[in-house]
Amino acid sequence: MVTQIKPQTQDNRPRKNAPKSLFDPKIIKRALVESFLKLDPRLVAKNPVMFVVEVGSVITTYLWIKEVATHTGNPLFTGQVTLWLWFTVLFANFAEAMAEGRGKAQADTLRKTKTETVARKLTNNREERVSAALLRRGDLVVCEVNDVIPGDGDVVEGIASVDESAITGESAPVIRESGGDRSAVTGGTKVLSDRIVIRITANPGEGFIDRMIALVEGAQRQKTPNEIALSILLAGLTIVFLLAVVTLLPFAAYSVRAAGSGTPPTITVLTALLVCLIPTTIGGLLSAIGIAGMDRVMQHNVLAMSGKAVEAAGDVNTLLLDKTGTITLGNRQAVEFIPLKGVDISELANAAQLSSLADETPEGRSIVVLAKETYGLRGRELASHEAEFIPFTAQTRMSGVNMDGVQVRKGATAKVKEFVVLQGGTCPNELDDIVTRIASIGGTPLAVALNDKPLGVIYLKDVVKGGMKERFDALRAMGIKTVMITGDNPLTAKSIADEAGVDDFLAEATPEDKMNLIKREQEGGKLVAMTGDGTNDAPALAQADVGVAMNTGTQAAKEAGNMVDLDSNPTKLIEIVEIGKQLLMTRGALTTFSIANDISKYFAIIPAMFITTFPVLGALNFLRLTNAGTTPESAILACVIFNAIIIIGLIPLALRGVAYRPMNAGAVLRINLIKFGLVGVLLPFPFIMAIDWLLTHLHLA
Amino acid sequence: MTTNGTLQILFFCAIVFALTKPMGAYMARVFEGEKTLLSPILRPLERLCYRLFGVNEEQDMRWTTYAFALVAFSLVGMLASYLLLRMQGILPFNPQGLSGKEMTPDLAFNTSASFTTNTNWQSYVPEATVSYFSNMVSLAIHNWMSAASGIAIAIALVRGLARKSANGIGNFWVDITRATLYILLPICFVYAIVLVQQGVPQNFSAYTKATGLEGGAQSIAQGPVASQEAIKMLGTNGGGFFNANSSHPYENPTPLVNFLQMVSIFLIPAGLTYTFGKMVGNKRQGWALFAAMSVVFLAGAFVCYGAEASGNPQVQALGVPGGNMEGKETRFGIPGSALFATVTTDASCGAVNAMHDSFTPLGGMVPLVNMMSGEVIFGGVGAGLYGMLMFAIIAVFIAGLMVGRTPEYIGKKIEKYEVKMAMLASLILAASILGFAAVGSNMNLPPGKDSATFTDAQKADEAKMPPLAMWNHVNNSSPSNYYGATYNNVNNSGPHGFSEILYAYTSATGNNGSAFAGITANTPFWNATLAIAMLIGRFLMIIPLLAIAGSLAKKVPAPATSGTFPTDSGTFVALLVGTVVLVGALTYLPALALGPIVEHIHMNGGKLW
Repeated sequence: MVTQIKPQTQDNRPRKNAPKSLFDPKIIKRALVESFLKLDPRLVAKNPVMFVVEVGSVITTYLWIKEVATHTGNPLFTGQVTLWLWFTVLFANFAEAMAEGRGKAQADTLRKTKTETVARKLTNNREERVSAALLRRGDLVVCEVNDVIPGDGDVVEGIASVDESAITGESAPVIRESGGDRSAVTGGTKVLSDRIVIRITANPGEGFIDRMIALVEGAQRQKTPNEIALSILLAGLTIVFLLAVVTLLPFAAYSVRAAGSGTPPTITVLTALLVCLIPTTIGGLLSAIGIAGMDRVMQHNVLAMSGKAVEAAGDVNTLLLDKTGTITLGNRQAVEFIPLKGVDISELANAAQLSSLADETPEGRSIVVLAKETYGLRGRELASHEAEFIPFTAQTRMSGVNMDGVQVRKGATAKVKEFVVLQGGTCPNELDDIVTRIASIGGTPLAVALNDKPLGVIYLKDVVKGGMKERFDALRAMGIKTVMITGDNPLTAKSIADEAGVDDFLAEATPEDKMNLIKREQEGGKLVAMTGDGTNDAPALAQADVGVAMNTGTQAAKEAGNMVDLDSNPTKLIEIVEIGKQLLMTRGALTTFSIANDISKYFAIIPAMFITTFPVLGALNFLRLTNAGTTPESAILACVIFNAIIIIGLIPLALRGVAYRPMNAGAVLRINLIKFGLVGVLLPFPFIMAIDWLLTHLHLA
Repeated sequence: MTTNGTLQILFFCAIVFALTKPMGAYMARVFEGEKTLLSPILRPLERLCYRLFGVNEEQDMRWTTYAFALVAFSLVGMLASYLLLRMQGILPFNPQGLSGKEMTPDLAFNTSASFTTNTNWQSYVPEATVSYFSNMVSLAIHNWMSAASGIAIAIALVRGLARKSANGIGNFWVDITRATLYILLPICFVYAIVLVQQGVPQNFSAYTKATGLEGGAQSIAQGPVASQEAIKMLGTNGGGFFNANSSHPYENPTPLVNFLQMVSIFLIPAGLTYTFGKMVGNKRQGWALFAAMSVVFLAGAFVCYGAEASGNPQVQALGVPGGNMEGKETRFGIPGSALFATVTTDASCGAVNAMHDSFTPLGGMVPLVNMMSGEVIFGGVGAGLYGMLMFAIIAVFIAGLMVGRTPEYIGKKIEKYEVKMAMLASLILAASILGFAAVGSNMNLPPGKDSATFTDAQKADEAKMPPLAMWNHVNNSSPSNYYGATYNNVNNSGPHGFSEILYAYTSATGNNGSAFAGITANTPFWNATLAIAMLIGRFLMIIPLLAIAGSLAKKVPAPATSGTFPTDSGTFVALLVGTVVLVGALTYLPALALGPIVEHIHMNGGKLW
């Protein structure tokens, strides 16, 4: 049996949005410049954690200048602290600029495709040439071969093949025609053949490409709900640490008075402590994580209209997947010939093949292939025979061939039976039995007859795409329910659902059924994701929490969804969910890591800070940081340096996202708590020790 | 540490564990309005209360209404207590004839705030300051009111988690009525009788005059102790009838009573974890909280017991072997005292049966750290559960993202609003403790560094004191005593003195009420700042939490799947413990380093403070 499954992944063809190297030198260069521009306090103020660092940097800069000018204090130490505090802000800016870099590069490419187009506007059937920029919603334009489509619109007349590679990166042309679900065209794409009339649906500047540029550039980037909540948590923690550090000064004043020795820590030391404690790691990388998440979606050739949708994808509980094209290959295939009693199976196979030789439908071809593969029946040279092919029509619901005085027919059982009776033959009950049996396991039976003699049945089957079962198992492990949507009858639907391993199915589904299903799930507190392309999918796409519209779909569908898949591959919904989860996991991992880091900093800084007042606190200095016994500088500096460098060190993780494997939440939590929580507690110790050692040996502190 | 001591602690745990389920199940029935064993007697009484006060039992309150009712109820009660305390001289049940002059406005403010907020910090010496009337009416009424309110708030928050797209979180008046009638009253009734049987007095007699063995005249205080003692422990109030609190033989006469007192502190807080699990429809959720609380409790108990049992090397060097018995009652011993100290500060009780000030530095740090944790280790009645739920929300938010979903707790999404409120609540606590401690350890009032004392003969000189000096003048001191700088009020110098200040504000903010007992706190400055800390710690914590309850109640719970962050697993228990410890440590470690930690290192190095 041959099932010719074409690879469904798009990785083997050139794509505009294909991932560039994470550290493209061009992007790095641009990011370096940006990180300085982003020092603008108005921009930093959007991030409370980094704002505190910047204010701290300004304060220590002032102290350093004062110390240098007045020859007081310890300018070498203050200067270094200042330097590393500025680096902390710069590193965070760099991370954000890096994340934005790829989007900006992409936007530049897109802009190039947006050349100044001249539109052929139709007014009262008269054509006039106007600039595309003057087109308004509702205008009619004509496009012929080699015309660039001047704006987003719907085809209202004609059919054409269109090159959409400017947007999708897909070089093969697509068909666009009036009416139906393939009527939407996008400005900036090019007509390759024929003539179409388009009704413009978007005003200049509001078109798809414009939106795409804005999206990839991050110009419209708004913080997503979870990002806002996390920012609040980080701001809250920052205030807690601010309290802890600010009150340390009066506490120290008390201690100095009580112990009668030493001095309270300097402002520089306290600022350094504060910056080390506040969650700079996650604070500095938070927006980079969000941008990179959007970018990953983009690399999968999906346009997310908002970060909120990507975030919601991670939370999805229920995936609605269309059967055809997503779960099964588009077409049914012949998998078995079932002869009636007394009929030789090769006779049935032979007749079936004969009747299908001219049948160019995928089903017909699959019958020929099955006969050839299983029974060694080769395709015959038909030209030598007087062969008349009977094509399939909706009325006859049969097809076949008349050749050398024999009539072969295959088709719907009822029609084939009629044919047999008409020829003077009879049909045994056995035929009905076979047909019912096939139908009951979800197959499509095709009866075959030779003149007045029924031969048997061809079993056609929906073929589930390879690897789907495993993916659904993985989704189940993540707690996501998959529901297959199909127009098939419940029996057929159930059989395919079982074979594909989906959790549930909706048979004989109408758009209303789909809508009701979504609402029902949502009332139960679930988030629903779906794909769709037709206009009648639009309400459901809008209702779903994550609605992915196919780029081949109608304008209405694209407007209703919150993502557009440029490849029009419904399976991608699964990847989108994974990206959403990865985005959230990366945030959680770095938050946990960032907070866990603080333990080590306390152990390094507190003994160092009070060494003059309470030398015995050196007992807490179990890291045995070199200088902590006498002066606090190197220990404090080591913490500040570690704190800055870890941001750079984690940029790749922030941009790539944490490794993600589908499994249940309990296991994921355990693994990640160890990977980011426990490691977060332990990792800084050796690094701080090493930096401290280096500093003392370089005589920097 | 001895086997006997360890067994005492473990036996205590076993008893608490055994009582958790029956107590919790009973409370769940009470608050879900189901029939209980006591309903036939209490239901008519309950209805009578509603009729009397015009409460509509069916009315469901939005969180704002609920919070308003709570605050109004508490503040009216506080005002009444203030007035009654000030007027105690003309009120009945005053056989000692206490004039009320001792109840200065600042002390009355502190005391009424203290009892209203379930803190029961006592800046005064009860035997010499408050009449039986004041004790039984002005103060004890708050033992009931604040305990019932605490339980009500916890239940409201649990409802927020349990309900689905609801506007209300319950009815405050119904909740406090039920908490009082069905839970506090029956237990206290039996409890008080047991206490009387064990030797706790219950009378209205004047103080007994006695002659001591050495021939000196002695006045033995009396009063309705047993009735007060029962609610003091059960409601985690902790305000003693006598100055010596539960170390006084009349309050805590026998080891059995000592054990009962500790169990009664944890009875309701532990039970509420089960109530929570039952009300949200997953008992494992409740047990997870119970487990997290138990882990931290046991750690604290054994650190404290270990530190006390190993004692002070400097004292041992003088030839006094064994653990640290300073400030402890011999009839309780080291384990009975260390366990009591841990229990009373884990919960927001604050009753003491030993002087925490006399503990070893580490032993004394355990009560301090317990209170800094936000008293969520079983915690105060209700307060422990709602505090722990706040931590659960923070824990879920920090680490929950790591499973790849936006954080949920019991199916409810934790979003911007909840995070904001949870952070606000924890910020306020930290700000109050650290801020007040910073002021208290440095405030320089006249006459400054050195305190000044004036006898009657020096009245003229005293009159020349700057008015600001009044702020740190010891109320009714004779000779008249001005401490000056606020750090002069501590009894010990150095880090230990700092611990005393830190402890006082931690205890006040945490609504614990136990004292390190090293501060002369009956001055306007200390009375006022501590009272404000108590009010902040109670109400500014409760209001954000009720806001969370209201917001959560509105949400539709997402069904639990294998992708849901599991909040009933061992991993979650570890995470929750980690969050409580980490948040506490990160906030307070610098302060602790300058107090008990440095003192501990000094002690081992031969230096005592």
